[in-house]
Amino acid sequence: MVFLVLKIIIALWMALVTIAAFIYAPPALGLGDLARIIFFHVPLAWVSVLAYLISMIYSIRYLKKGMMIDDRKAALNGEIGLIFTVLATLTGSIFARYTWGMFWNWDPRESSIFVLLLIYCAYFVLRSAVEDETRRARMASVFSIIAFISVPFLVFIIPRVYATLHPDPIISVESGFQMDAKMFQVFMASLVGFTGLYAWIANIVSRISSVTTGMEGEENV
Amino acid sequence: MGRIFYNSLRGVWALVKKDLVDELRTRYAITSMGLFALTTLVMVSFSTGIFALDAGLHASFLWIIIFFSSMSALARSFIKEEEKGTAAALRLSASPEIIFTGKLLYNVLLLLGLLVVVFPLYIFLMNLSPGSNYVLVVAFLVLGSVCLAGATTILAAMVSRAGAKNSLLPVIAFPVLLPVLLTAIRGTSIALAGGNADSVLSELTFLFSYLVIIVTASLLLFSFVWED
Repeated sequence: MVFLVLKIIIALWMALVTIAAFIYAPPALGLGDLARIIFFHVPLAWVSVLAYLISMIYSIRYLKKGMMIDDRKAALNGEIGLIFTVLATLTGSIFARYTWGMFWNWDPRESSIFVLLLIYCAYFVLRSAVEDETRRARMASVFSIIAFISVPFLVFIIPRVYATLHPDPIISVESGFQMDAKMFQVFMASLVGFTGLYAWIANIVSRISSVTTGMEGEENV
Repeated sequence: MGRIFYNSLRGVWALVKKDLVDELRTRYAITSMGLFALTTLVMVSFSTGIFALDAGLHASFLWIIIFFSSMSALARSFIKEEEKGTAAALRLSASPEIIFTGKLLYNVLLLLGLLVVVFPLYIFLMNLSPGSNYVLVVAFLVLGSVCLAGATTILAAMVSRAGAKNSLLPVIAFPVLLPVLLTAIRGTSIALAGGNADSVLSELTFLFSYLVIIVTASLLLFSFVWED
């Protein structure tokens, strides 16, 4: 019951955010209507990192407790994260095309998201290469942690060291955050909405997975 | 405490010596790595030898050659144990941390050997300009290679446990190593253009901190990969 209410809230919330992104929020100075993509692009990028973080937390839990379900959840969150990463990359490159003139030009931020994409792919390549279930879970968990260590280097350090054309991210200490109040409201609402959407998808996928693995278990009996 | 440390050092040394002797007898890794490096180097030289390349291109070529020639040899470091069936004996005779450290040192030595061959040949074939800061270039090549070995050792162990699929290593190592490669290429190119140590301080710090963090994490996680 609580879940149902939450889902209805998320659905309405996302609908409102989408409408507000186009109508309520004013066009940005300089960028005009192009700036509206941040209401979708930034939350997508945020979720792709968040999903990876959660996947890695499940991996650590698996290594500590050795329960198969944690490994399965790590893989599921990885799959969802992969979709969000692809979407973040696509929306980012659309923005790049209309502001910098090219879909792809190896801007540090573009390189970072590309590596995140590669890490996700390598994670699933590794999973598919190992046949034994426990061994696969161990290898995947360790890889997830090792790869996670290299993410902060890319996402936060490389764009700091090298000059970028990318607008300042939210987490920016030196320059502060300058955004119109209305834009800021929609932006934050969108972040919350996308995080909720992610939680919802993760919930559905993990329920599907527990049903199917339960069925496999019955077949074996 | 001192005794335990001394014994672990002896264990590590024994492992490195064993791998070196084994390598000198079969010469598999050395020859495959050396020939791979030579082939790619000659290819690069054939196709670009007539042009005067700038420092950025030289740095990229160098690191592409180093990355791909090192991968097959680094993957071998654990796969050979599985192939010969010596992995179980190794597991019995030493703790995972000692094995990891030993293999890491062996891999570092292997890569330094590669550098000794590749870099002089590169200078010889590609007519590198004399205006470069060679001390700094060598520093970047060495530090970058140590980072390469540091991050790849645990991944090589994972590949050997994943049914010894040789081609898997570059695929899973590339995203983890990309920060190292990008930074090393940038640093090497600045050094080749004649930059001094101050201008590449952030790159050097970056590589060094990456190395410390990745080796620490690998040491902590290695037993999960190595033991059943």
